[in-house]
Amino acid sequence: MGRRNRSWLAVGVGTLGLALVASGCSSSSSDAGAGDGTSSEGGGSGEKITLTVATFNEFGYEGLIDEYMQLNPNITVEQKKAATSNEARDNLNTRLAAGSGLSDIEAIEVDWLPELMQYSDKFVDLSSPDVEGRWLDWKTAQATTPDGMLMGYGTDIGPEAVCYRSDLFAAAGLPTDRDEVATMLGDTWDSYFAAGKEFMAKSDVPWFDSPGAIYQAMINQVQNAYENNDGTPIPLADNTEARKVYDSVLQASVTDGLSAPLSQWSEDWTNAFQNDGFATMLCPGWMLGVIEGNAAGVTGWDIADVFPGGGGNWGGSFLTVPTQSAHPDEAKALAAWLTAPEQQIKAFKDKGTFPSQVDALSSPDLLSVTNPFFNDAPTGQILANRAAAVTVAPFKGPNYFAINTLVQDAITRVAVDQTDDANSSWDKALTGFQELGL
Amino acid sequence: MATSASTQPVARGASGAGAPVGGGRRQPRPRAGKLDMKLSPYLFISPFFILFFIVGLFPLAYTAFVSLHDWGLIAGQGDFVGLQNYLDVLTQPRFLTALRNTFSIFVLSSVPQVIAAIAIAAVLDQNIRAKTFWRMGVLLPYVVAPVAVSLIFSKIFADQSGLINELLGNIGIEPIRWHADPLSSHVAIATMVNFRWTGYNTLIFLAAMQAIPRDVYEAAIIDGAGRARTFFSVTIPMLRPTVIFVIVTSTIGGLQIFDEPRLFDQLGQGGADRQWMTLTMYLYELGWGPQKSFGRASAVAWILFLIIVIVGVINFSITRRIAAAGPTKGGKR
Repeated sequence: MGRRNRSWLAVGVGTLGLALVASGCSSSSSDAGAGDGTSSEGGGSGEKITLTVATFNEFGYEGLIDEYMQLNPNITVEQKKAATSNEARDNLNTRLAAGSGLSDIEAIEVDWLPELMQYSDKFVDLSSPDVEGRWLDWKTAQATTPDGMLMGYGTDIGPEAVCYRSDLFAAAGLPTDRDEVATMLGDTWDSYFAAGKEFMAKSDVPWFDSPGAIYQAMINQVQNAYENNDGTPIPLADNTEARKVYDSVLQASVTDGLSAPLSQWSEDWTNAFQNDGFATMLCPGWMLGVIEGNAAGVTGWDIADVFPGGGGNWGGSFLTVPTQSAHPDEAKALAAWLTAPEQQIKAFKDKGTFPSQVDALSSPDLLSVTNPFFNDAPTGQILANRAAAVTVAPFKGPNYFAINTLVQDAITRVAVDQTDDANSSWDKALTGFQELGL
Repeated sequence: MATSASTQPVARGASGAGAPVGGGRRQPRPRAGKLDMKLSPYLFISPFFILFFIVGLFPLAYTAFVSLHDWGLIAGQGDFVGLQNYLDVLTQPRFLTALRNTFSIFVLSSVPQVIAAIAIAAVLDQNIRAKTFWRMGVLLPYVVAPVAVSLIFSKIFADQSGLINELLGNIGIEPIRWHADPLSSHVAIATMVNFRWTGYNTLIFLAAMQAIPRDVYEAAIIDGAGRARTFFSVTIPMLRPTVIFVIVTSTIGGLQIFDEPRLFDQLGQGGADRQWMTLTMYLYELGWGPQKSFGRASAVAWILFLIIVIVGVINFSITRRIAAAGPTKGGKR
């Protein structure tokens, strides 16, 4: 017993010691940080400061950060990379709630930007005459709050084109050349679905991959999908616009049988690339790499410079500066530098993040890019055209994500799980809308 | 008289040993020793209780406090709303779905798990070759991270391209819709749980079986009991405390199941119709999902806590009663 007590004591003392060491470390480092903060406010750029940049996936900033540190010897920049966008979102939400621990620059993906907009007072207003007109209008609109504050600087975008399997097209007797395909697909959803019926009359392969993806593209072309401009949600039961899109997607996917019964990113969807699972899919720029990875060894993928129903954008990110930052001015300057066209072109060349800056879209570096996997298609030129074709900047308020998930689930129930019909599934979405308690 | 006589030599000894100051110093010592004897055990175990208070009891109470308020993930504390959060949650159809799924997965995982674990432990308890190899072998799935398990099983349970449906297709059976049917999805998830936890429980049972005195078996054999009879009339009753332990822990674990159902598809929300959303996933969706309501999430946490306590007590009493049919010696435990 005595021996046990002693070892317990040792453990206790050890833990206490560790705790002391840890708290000692943290207090000294926070002291240093506070010292830096005051001195930089007083003495300007004379003192050395450290800025942290939190990103996720690949932003292609490694080389740029080194360059910035050479240009600004007094500033040390550290990048914190999260593996996934979701991880970054959880981290941001938690630390925003805690009121400390955020980096000086936080990258935010457009999907979860709207839900953060209601806490825009926790972010620095980044609007400045220097950056006016730098981005495509709809990109700036995404990060502008209803009261006119610019919450983030745009980094990349995901302009959408249509990717298709030319070998399957040839087997069904359709044109294979990407310009002819673009003409055949047309620029309305009706023409896209009509081409699908023509294709499926001569082929067993489904026309597109996922009803959810088609719905997302179509609803992104609606100005006020689920909410009014003041952020108040449109009751789903009265939302004829969303219901219309919902019905036409289910008509094409289920009644006309144009869709493979898949949800994107599922195991079956990934495997379908290897077994001729579908003939076309909507592809934002970053999807090209996904297709190349999933369809390794499959020949025949190509990309057409067209998108049904006008342009479409899927994804893209922003750099924001939380008010928690000890050096908001320096952080803002760094964010502005990182998102300048010259830098974003370098990131594009490094990691393929498609730039959202107007000047970058006409850069020869970008326009000359071709992709061997997609039959040497001039992907730089095609995606730049697709970015220019985007006209609608859909309003996405704090409840967009929640309501959109309800309708997406409803589509999955009908077209993928096949456990409901269109009406009963819509009713379940209405119940879910009630539960949100908006 | 007797007491003064007995104390006197002590006092004399003390004064004889040194100066009056020294006597004064000596006097408190036995008292300090007594205090030491009384206090130090508590002092020594106090780190656990202090830690338990900080990381166990306090969050529990604080969760109750949060559940009575309008509380947002980022917005923080709002108005006091009484039991409104509990009412909101209990009237949502999704809560009942989550409750159904949780119990379904719990029953589908815990029951086969305990039975299989006892059976495997009984086999490992026999005289077999390479004992350590087999014993370590059953524990191997437990070492694999749940995320990795889910990754492997997602290949097996994919609706169209999965291994099982491929095999079923070869022998002409309709593919099972693992991700569409509630029950099929529960079976798939329970399989992952069983894969991971059966070996762990097996080792616990095995340890308990080896602690059963061998002379009891000898007596049973002399009385003419066969292998099956020995197993059911000696081994199982003697395992009683262990069975209770395993059932209580698997109740707690089974009702809190999160990793496997969350990783069962790519979205992690429990299916389009929430076919396999468990209570903990529901809690997560309320707190960190679109509603961002810590108030409601905390209400679910407390409801789950009460459910676990109730089910735990029921399981405990059932197991007691069943096992009480065995030898009476352990009846007091």
